Amino acid sequence: MNIDLDCRGLICPLPVIKLAKTLPTVAVGDTVTVLADDPAAATDIPAWCRMRSQELVSAGENQYVVRRVS
Amino acid sequence: MSTPPTPAAGHSVGVSLHWSKGHDAPHRDLHSSTPSHSTEHLLATASEGSTCSSVSLVSERTYLDAASAEPMHPAAREMLLSAVDSGWADPVRLHHEGRTARLLLDNARAVLADAVGVRPDELYLTTSGTAAIQAGLTAVRAARSRVGATIVHSAVEHSAVLHTAGEAAAEVGVDRLGRVELAAFTDAVRRPGVAVAALQSANHEVGTRQPVEAAAAAAGDVPLFVDASASVGHDVVPAGWSVLAASAHKWGGPAGVGLLAVKKGTRIAPAWPMDEREDGLSPGFPNVPNALAAAAALQARLAEAEELGKQHRAWIDEVRRRVAADIPDVEVVGDADDRLPHILTFSCLYVDGEALVTALDAEGFAVSSGSACTSSTLRPSHVLAAMGVLTHGNVRVSLGRDTTHDEVQRFCAVLPGLVQRIRAEVGM
Repeated sequence: MNIDLDCRGLICPLPVIKLAKTLPTVAVGDTVTVLADDPAAATDIPAWCRMRSQELVSAGENQYVVRRVS
Repeated sequence: MSTPPTPAAGHSVGVSLHWSKGHDAPHRDLHSSTPSHSTEHLLATASEGSTCSSVSLVSERTYLDAASAEPMHPAAREMLLSAVDSGWADPVRLHHEGRTARLLLDNARAVLADAVGVRPDELYLTTSGTAAIQAGLTAVRAARSRVGATIVHSAVEHSAVLHTAGEAAAEVGVDRLGRVELAAFTDAVRRPGVAVAALQSANHEVGTRQPVEAAAAAAGDVPLFVDASASVGHDVVPAGWSVLAASAHKWGGPAGVGLLAVKKGTRIAPAWPMDEREDGLSPGFPNVPNALAAAAALQARLAEAEELGKQHRAWIDEVRRRVAADIPDVEVVGDADDRLPHILTFSCLYVDGEALVTALDAEGFAVSSGSACTSSTLRPSHVLAAMGVLTHGNVRVSLGRDTTHDEVQRFCAVLPGLVQRIRAEVGM
């Protein structure tokens, strides 16, 4: 299962905060797709995944797929 | 008539100034000018213009942003005040006043050149570190136009390097600590068409030292341009470079003085006017008082460097340890050991960088930030982005020669509560 999280128009740290609040609401193994157009998100979403030990499945044009692993 | 000064004795700036302090400043007319000519409004301060209740805090300011600017070194301030009165004349003129200015300029250049390890005729004075980078890189590239126009540089260079390299850049990535990928650098610099390779001595935002000597060896015949602005006066600058840039305000000198050292054998094709002034070594009318103050600051700073370096290194270690221990979800970035002594950078998850800088300022602490919300472009620091580390909630702490251990400890004590408060405001 996947949940979309539209963070377009929001600037960091808001997309990361929303991701951090949303990921615990999905089951382990499920994904959240973050739509974010803030340039800082390109660095900060992968960094969040690394710091919080979650899986960055893909990072594309303003779109980041994150899988809950714990 | 006073005895003409003896020609440029390398390290005698203070001595050579002494005899000329007696100049009677012709300022009486200005001092008795009408109130409309008053300059007092030029000295209005932030605290006077502010309506907030920060007046009592002003006396307790803790300045932890030395890497942006330091108060002028007392030795430089003293020198500047003397030199304003004695080194104002045109150094190319043959009269007594001109020769005086020329002597002072020669002395300043001798001290500055010695400090960065070149001969005086290898040292150009510019109006800033940025100007030195722009002029220097451009001049080396132009001299090697038959080879090519490519400038190889690390992804974490000062923006002046990035801007100068422009379209013809070959950018080389860095690791998580901010250190250039040496294998990729070597590969890039050995490709055809490379005019010059640029690598900073150490990073100005995160403090990580770069492998300059290894990069110089890899570059072979390609000249290596080293931006040493973050290191000069604070840390040893590695050997191997052909061209070096530095900036006086980074070591407690005045703003507006940049150094461009070009080692003999390195060809340059200057775009600046090579007029009669010192064969182009300082194009335009030189700011002799500022050059002298820069030299005095560097001389004094180098004499203190070892002791200050030890102190700063230990205190930064302490901040690094306490920030990581006392604040959850914080990423302390840059190399923990192979680094500049006085700089530490970290990022706090879920924290708005502007909010944190502002909250620290209200508590009396001055720091800088590489977060996007603190920049005019609303883009995060290209250094943090290239390292792949968290860019929001970012704080750079940099210690100056006046920083005390007590200030460092107070910063460590106050920070966790501020981070917690800002996180609580967004429900984290």
